Amino acid sequence: MALTRRSFLSGVALGGSACAASIAAKAEVREEKTLPPKALGLLFDSTLCVGCKACVVACREANNTHPEFNTEDKLWDTPLDLDADTLTVIKAYRDGTGVTKDQEKDGYAFVKKSCLHCIDPSCVSVCPVKAMTKNAETGIVSYNPSNCIGCRYCVAACPFGVPRFEYDKTFARLRKCELCKPRLAKGKIPACAEVCPTGATLFGPVTVLRAEAGRRHKLVPGERAFFPRKTADSTDVHEKPAPHYVAETYGLTEVGGTQMQLLAGVAFEKLGMPALPKKSFVSTSETIQRTLYKGMMAPAALFACLLFLVHRSANHAEHKDEHEEEE
Amino acid sequence: MRTKPLGGPYVTRTTVLAAIMVAIMGFLVLIRFCLGLGSVTNLNNGFPWGLWLAYDMVAGSAIGCGGYAVALVVYALNKGQYHPLVRPAVLASMFGYALGGVSVLIDISRWWNAWHIVWPAYFNLTSVMIEVALCVSVYTTILILEFAPAVVEKAVEWTGHRGGNLHALTTTVQKVLNRVAVVLIALGMTLPTMHQSSLGTMLIPFGPLLNPLWQTPVLPALFLLTALCMGYGVVMLEATLVSDRFARVSESRILGLLSRYMMAAVIAFLAIRWSDLLYQGKLHYLFALHGLNFAFLAENALYLIPIILLWPMHRRMAPRYQFIAAMCILSGGILYRLDAYMIAYGRPGWHYFPSATELLVTFGMIAVEVLGYVLLVRFFPVLPSIERARTAVLATE
Repeated sequence: MALTRRSFLSGVALGGSACAASIAAKAEVREEKTLPPKALGLLFDSTLCVGCKACVVACREANNTHPEFNTEDKLWDTPLDLDADTLTVIKAYRDGTGVTKDQEKDGYAFVKKSCLHCIDPSCVSVCPVKAMTKNAETGIVSYNPSNCIGCRYCVAACPFGVPRFEYDKTFARLRKCELCKPRLAKGKIPACAEVCPTGATLFGPVTVLRAEAGRRHKLVPGERAFFPRKTADSTDVHEKPAPHYVAETYGLTEVGGTQMQLLAGVAFEKLGMPALPKKSFVSTSETIQRTLYKGMMAPAALFACLLFLVHRSANHAEHKDEHEEEE
Repeated sequence: MRTKPLGGPYVTRTTVLAAIMVAIMGFLVLIRFCLGLGSVTNLNNGFPWGLWLAYDMVAGSAIGCGGYAVALVVYALNKGQYHPLVRPAVLASMFGYALGGVSVLIDISRWWNAWHIVWPAYFNLTSVMIEVALCVSVYTTILILEFAPAVVEKAVEWTGHRGGNLHALTTTVQKVLNRVAVVLIALGMTLPTMHQSSLGTMLIPFGPLLNPLWQTPVLPALFLLTALCMGYGVVMLEATLVSDRFARVSESRILGLLSRYMMAAVIAFLAIRWSDLLYQGKLHYLFALHGLNFAFLAENALYLIPIILLWPMHRRMAPRYQFIAAMCILSGGILYRLDAYMIAYGRPGWHYFPSATELLVTFGMIAVEVLGYVLLVRFFPVLPSIERARTAVLATE
């Protein structure tokens, strides 16, 4: 019995100190992610959007997706939300009489939904098999079906509900906006920005888009202002009285910032854009994993002391067996 | 011999019913593979994870923690008197994990790429899931190897009658298994510690999509503790049921003694959970009356009842109370895991409730476990022989 207790106590002491040492040795905080050097993105200005949905149609053509019918006559392409067959969609906010555009009370406003290309994307962090990747230069978040096992962790984890899976296909895959990567390779700009008649959707380097958003925030509501189409530095501009913007630009800080920026005349939460903290959720999970699994020290220490304890107890059992046989 | 086959009929009402359930599941799984997940499940883009993952894998693997929980007591705490519980617990664990793995293969949409989770070139090391997937794969293999001695014992006995090379081979296998047993057992305790806690970490990226009563940085500790609670719970449930169903000597005394480890794990779970809620100032969420809060309270009640029930020594030793306590612990643990992975998760505007066919597949999985367990304990030496169990009981007195 004395042997048992001693081996138990020494084992506990050994195991406890090993584990405590490796875990308490300071949390391995994951560094904050920053904007890639040549980050590309979109600027969506809700006050310029007229809800024509030209972007939705152009996106279908560019990504080979199909119209979705949600009315009884099945004559309208009426996507209700993002879907494996709809990589961008225009949604509308409406309150009361819904008369005045970009007004929260008794007004309405449009918003474009598509991938925001996060600076610290949840989908990329959680994907077990590198099917979701973020380009180190452009920051475009893409999907590689040949890696994907279809676990749908990305669908579950995206704070914006962007990645969408096909549930009705034998050989299913994920679909999401990849900022028209193939078009960019040919020197074109994303289809949605290309066709937008009012410049509500602009394409360009994120730094340029952020500067443009800053310029618009400084405009005096009601005064003459100019708005470019397609890209922020385009010469194709139109004139319009400056609207009243809500104070913040969406996408500057949300979960560490996104490469798509949004401006609007009504609160973003009304437009279905969730209020999110500055710190990304995956930076917390990655910090926990790094702390527990740094160099596999803690698991190795745990294994070593368990090995020791099992060995001790096996010896003990053997002695006991011999003892019993003698009896 | 420590253990021996139970013998008896293979065709009974239970086994036939289980076989029918398994056949229905087989048919539904075939449809799922031909026509896609949506043909059998109610999964959608707001709830991409449903019953198969939450119950069959996340709760199922914890139900499969009996082997882990008992091994910790027998080997890490060096309490040899619980040894008769090890082999049946390992068998149940092997089923829990193997079926969890199978249900994941049915659940993932692009199953033909499943091998990527064991192929290092594909590993994304920031993903908690790759750690869980790898760890569970290795642990399932370890469980099979841990159970292998029961099969080999039978093979040695069988080839012994015939002699020759086959007998030599089986005895060699037996020796090798005995030699590596220590490493297997130690790995068998390390791996569940890793992946059961990681099952909690896996939810942290969900942020506010998971209800604040469940979303917390201490999720890994809570998941590890529920795995332990449920591990002891399932061993108690299994032992009380087996002695009842198969008219065997009751192991109530040894279970009564084992239950203090279960109670310790339950108390630790409740202490961490409530002090975390208090520390994070989340208690006010409890005063809003809606379904989720009832689920939360039910989880806690199911964990509190067994503590009260088993606290006095005379009740702790009684099979009836052991059975009730074990049922509470298991239901509480299953509910906690279903809540965390399915019920307390949600995107505004989306709904999910498992379809009838989805439920039938899960029932089929449970039927596989029941069927497999009954057939295996009748054929292989799993359960402790009656004399041996008596000795073990005497040894504890």
